[in-house]
Amino acid sequence: MALPKRIIKETERLMAEPVKGISAVPHEDNLRYFDVTIDGPGQSPYEGGVFKLELFLPDDYPMTPPKIRFLTKIYHPNIDRLGRICLDVLKSNWSPALQIRTILLSIQALLGAPNPDDPLANDVAQKWKEDEKGAIETARQWTEQYAKP
Amino acid sequence: MDSEDEFNSSQVSEDEFMMDADSDAEDDYGVDHDDVGFESQHTDIKPAKHAYEVDFKVCSPEDIEAQQARQVADTSSLLEQPPEATAILFRHFRWNKERLIDKYMDNRDAVLEAAGLSEEAASSPPRIEKVPGFVCDICCDEDPEETFAMKCGHRFCVDCYKQYLRTKIKDEGEAARIRCPGDGCNKIVDSKSLNLLITGDLKERYDELLTRTYVDDKENLKWCPAPECVYAIDCKVRDKELMRVVPTVHCDCGHDFCFGCTLDDHQPAPCALVKKWLKKCADDSETANWISAHTKECPKCHSTIEKNGGCNHMTCRKCRHEFCWMCMGIWSEHGTSWYNCNRYEEKSGHEARDAQAKSRQALERYLHYYQRYANHEQSAKLDKDIYLKTEKKMQQLQNTTGMSWIEVQFLDSASQALQQCRRTLKWTYAFAYYLARNNLTQIFEDNQKDLEMAVENLSEMFEKPVDQLQGLKVEMMDKTAYCTKRRIILLDDTAVNLREGMLDLDVIHEREC
Repeated sequence: MALPKRIIKETERLMAEPVKGISAVPHEDNLRYFDVTIDGPGQSPYEGGVFKLELFLPDDYPMTPPKIRFLTKIYHPNIDRLGRICLDVLKSNWSPALQIRTILLSIQALLGAPNPDDPLANDVAQKWKEDEKGAIETARQWTEQYAKP
Repeated sequence: MDSEDEFNSSQVSEDEFMMDADSDAEDDYGVDHDDVGFESQHTDIKPAKHAYEVDFKVCSPEDIEAQQARQVADTSSLLEQPPEATAILFRHFRWNKERLIDKYMDNRDAVLEAAGLSEEAASSPPRIEKVPGFVCDICCDEDPEETFAMKCGHRFCVDCYKQYLRTKIKDEGEAARIRCPGDGCNKIVDSKSLNLLITGDLKERYDELLTRTYVDDKENLKWCPAPECVYAIDCKVRDKELMRVVPTVHCDCGHDFCFGCTLDDHQPAPCALVKKWLKKCADDSETANWISAHTKECPKCHSTIEKNGGCNHMTCRKCRHEFCWMCMGIWSEHGTSWYNCNRYEEKSGHEARDAQAKSRQALERYLHYYQRYANHEQSAKLDKDIYLKTEKKMQQLQNTTGMSWIEVQFLDSASQALQQCRRTLKWTYAFAYYLARNNLTQIFEDNQKDLEMAVENLSEMFEKPVDQLQGLKVEMMDKTAYCTKRRIILLDDTAVNLREGMLDLDVIHEREC
């Protein structure tokens, strides 16, 4: 199947005008599959870490959202052990006018502002609520241990 | 036999008559009174309403549409809006009429605006247009021939808009609340815009889904959960009443279910109890059975122990208590008779076994009720199998002996009664498990016993050879009527006590605490 114009355009723009702290490179043999990295935002326990993700554009993209998963281990209340992400724009609030670029920015923002009230990883969220300092410290350690380039 | 036939035939004509008279509503029973000789019998078998029955109505898809149309028509004049706009307003307010009228009277313009019906929208209806130099954000096509935007101004090419609506309607089953495809835009795609963009099968599906949202939005309406069934049930029972009432309803498709939780009929047990019981059974029953069959408890610390070797000299891993597996007594009393137990009822062993029995009581109690619950479920299946086999044979019998169809119907009603009673019995055991003992439990258990006996009697008759069944007809019909009656008594009694709050159910406590 030929690649839709939309995907070609998006890919071109991602290459031509990259977003700071984010990279997304399509596989040569499958242009719907992207290797993604996101830099941990400053002033967050993820600062200094580089997180790898995989991103796949399903057949009915952009009518349905892209599938995205963290590959790097990360301690975050909205990201579970398998790297799955709980983010509204990836589910019910997806709009076909959104793009890979905007989604990745949303994920980067999620790293800067965890939301333990809408958790995916219950144990992490619990910890985040009861002992935020301790949780942030753990997140920092994990970043140090798993996300150093 | 003659009288039986009369009974049957008069019942048929009666039913037909009732159906005819049904349209002029409540008065059928008045008409019944003229039919004296039969009337008293009829009320014995099927009185107007029992304590365990709830009022409900079966609605066909046509009824549902008519209901919507009626509500729209009624409110349309009040709001001074055309019916189409009123329907949109209704959907916007999830068919909550009071809230709609309230808000509308309060701030007409804001309501119209929110529902996508503002004056401006009326004066400039949505339309498809070409906008020079436009690039669609969805497909990245430049200068498409046709574009569309609602009042929010999020413009996309018509193909993408259509594709978006198709995904929403076909794949996600949305209808009344499809949002604008623009990022973060909460504007609902109104029906005028939709009509402009969708056609054919998609339009049909959309209309079907709209009817669905009506049922989903209305608290007093629920779909019959039976596969392929198109009916909905209208019932007034509210969620908060469900601890006191078990609202079983009967759909025209033949499915009996609970209006509260839409599971299969589970009278007399309330929904919360059923939920808890099913969960417990799914979690515990197999494990509990296994524990009961294969393990004993340490007489000292009550740890559960499985014996995996041959020797009877047990040493508890936890508390180091040494005891004999056979008599549960202290090992040191066994003297030199190592590795077997031939002592007869020494005091220490006796006491240890007593203590064990006590601590196992909770487990055994659960298993007692579970086994009976599961047994009735299983028996109901077996009863049905036997009936199906019998039915086949009865058909042959009909062919060879020339009996009429009506004459073998007693088997059908017997089988149905049996299924129904077994289902009730099944749930009485879950019910009894959570029931705290008081004076009324005695009556409940008596009723349960009576029904159980009647059911087993009737069930036994089904197992008789087919050639004997014909001779058993009268007896079987009696037994069927008796079973049905016992069931009604049990359900009636329980329903009244439940409603009055006379029964102490553990689940209620947990919910209220």
